[in-house]
Amino acid sequence: MRLSREGRQGLTLISPTLAYALVMLAAPLTMVVTFSFWTQNYLDLDTTLTLDNYREAWGTPIYQVLLLRSLKISLIVTFVTVLLAFPVAYFLSFKVKRRKALWLFLITIPFWTSYLLRVFLWKVILGYNGVLNSALMGMGFIDEPMTFLLYNLNAVVLTLAHAWAPFAILPIFVALEKIDRSLLEAAEDLGDGKIRQFFRVTLPLAMPGVVASTLIVLIPTIGDFITPKLVGGTDGLMIANMIQIQFGKANNAPLGAALAITSMLVVASISVVIFLAGKKFGGKVE
Amino acid sequence: MTGKDPRAIIRMQDVTKFFGSFQALKGITTTINEGEFFSLLGPSGCGKTTLLRMIAGFDEPTDGAIYIGDEPMAGIPANQRPTNMVFQSYAIFPHLNVADNVGYGLKRKRMSRAEIAAEVEKSLAMVDLAGYGKRAAHELSGGQRQRVALARALVMRPKVVLLDEPLSALDKKLREQMQVELRQLQQSIGITFILVTHDQEEALIMSDRIAVMFEGQIEQVATPEQLYRHPVSRRVASFIGVMTLLDARATAQPGNTVRVDIPALGTVDLPAARVPEGIDLAKVEKIGVHPEMLTILQDEHETAERVVEAEVASRSYYGDMTYYSVLLPGANAPATISMRNTFGRSVIDPGAKVKVGWGQDSIILFK
Repeated sequence: MRLSREGRQGLTLISPTLAYALVMLAAPLTMVVTFSFWTQNYLDLDTTLTLDNYREAWGTPIYQVLLLRSLKISLIVTFVTVLLAFPVAYFLSFKVKRRKALWLFLITIPFWTSYLLRVFLWKVILGYNGVLNSALMGMGFIDEPMTFLLYNLNAVVLTLAHAWAPFAILPIFVALEKIDRSLLEAAEDLGDGKIRQFFRVTLPLAMPGVVASTLIVLIPTIGDFITPKLVGGTDGLMIANMIQIQFGKANNAPLGAALAITSMLVVASISVVIFLAGKKFGGKVE
Repeated sequence: MTGKDPRAIIRMQDVTKFFGSFQALKGITTTINEGEFFSLLGPSGCGKTTLLRMIAGFDEPTDGAIYIGDEPMAGIPANQRPTNMVFQSYAIFPHLNVADNVGYGLKRKRMSRAEIAAEVEKSLAMVDLAGYGKRAAHELSGGQRQRVALARALVMRPKVVLLDEPLSALDKKLREQMQVELRQLQQSIGITFILVTHDQEEALIMSDRIAVMFEGQIEQVATPEQLYRHPVSRRVASFIGVMTLLDARATAQPGNTVRVDIPALGTVDLPAARVPEGIDLAKVEKIGVHPEMLTILQDEHETAERVVEAEVASRSYYGDMTYYSVLLPGANAPATISMRNTFGRSVIDPGAKVKVGWGQDSIILFK
């Protein structure tokens, strides 16, 4: 194959990244896929190809429950995050006239501490003797600590939504920034008030950003295992925690691999649905 | 508008606009008539777009009032005004197809789908885009986008269509074609059009009347011909067409005439009708001459009211026309003369001594 000069240049430019991606992504992925068709016999692996792992992963109630719960949690998290991110992005794009860079900078402040630390902080805030309970009791709003704050699904949703908010804000902000402001004036000129302008012009044109935000939040949250483990209690455990157990304590890597592949397929198909839905609702945008 | 008394559709009374401490408009008072093609012409930053946006309702005047069809527009938002705008960028909704773009404003009105579709198609046919309804916005060329924007405004049946430099994004040929088409369309439907442009040629070709604006003020409102032949000031004259300025002095003569002494050409007496009202003769330093108002006489048979000897300094050949730069005796700068390259007329080389014909009609006096 003969390559043009630009072609060679381009390949040279991306080759470190490409090599890295191949080694660090494709290779482990191939391994996981392969693993999922093998069987664990205590200390050694039986490399005869089999679908038993998938049968167990899809057929056992506990895995079904965990997968559905993961899906439910990440869908709620995504919905909450994107819903809260949109007004922030809108404010940034339409209302902030000066120092936008400063505002963007402020939004990234949560990243200055590690993810783990942030999850712990939520534990401190939501705990039995935590900041929230102490404060409310101190002010006399409640007599005894609320226990529904921590170690359940709500805590997982709250923590994840907070952690992923900046990731959701930025794509929506970019999409809103790209909207030609004269389109809104045209809509106004043609009779639309502010609310109609928003639903007929702003929102459809911001749809690519909304879809990007949705996917950016949805995909990693399904596989998150730190947050559910730290603040989720038993009700908040998710599929990733089970995968971790299979690869670790349970010493059943093939089953873990089958669970991982299963959740990957589920995420991928949901992503495709969201992508197509967004495209349909947002119309054709170059 | 022949015969009938023109009725005002828009009145502006002392319209003033401040952006912070910058005064964009300094008291605009003018009237725009029903069915008229009215242009706001001026250099960038003269306030013409600001004025148009205030008529549309996107900006409110700091002071003064705008009336559309006798109703004061203060406090009435753009979506409730009987005006529709064709934006400079066209502002075609990229997520909608042509029919949905044109029908955008109709969806709010109480009309059935079939009625909307019929109106849209009618409007598209008006701008020569019949059958384009299903096209996506990004499949349109620049000229087609411009037509869609126009159809979208016309379908609303506004009292006034506002056009913000609608042709500036088109290439020269298409622009010239659209100028003629827009003018014809406006005349056939009879709606008032207000055009903002910095292109004097465009304004001359399309307008019934033109308001020339400088620095937030209207300097002259006139028909294209009046504006070209009798610009009130040097600023207006220098903005409309090419003009040579020659040193001159003017003195009043008995019998209401004005004697103009032009060292480069000679002396001429102008009748009162040719002298602008309110002129201060003592302040006249320059007169203006349009390129076509001087003639290079080519053979002995050609005559002119007056003749002066000159020398061709350089020329620019345009095919149908040649523009000569001619050194008149005693003039400090060359004068521009345009000649049509008609049958039998040869192009003159630089350095040639020529006879230049002129007359009292060639001279323009400014206030």
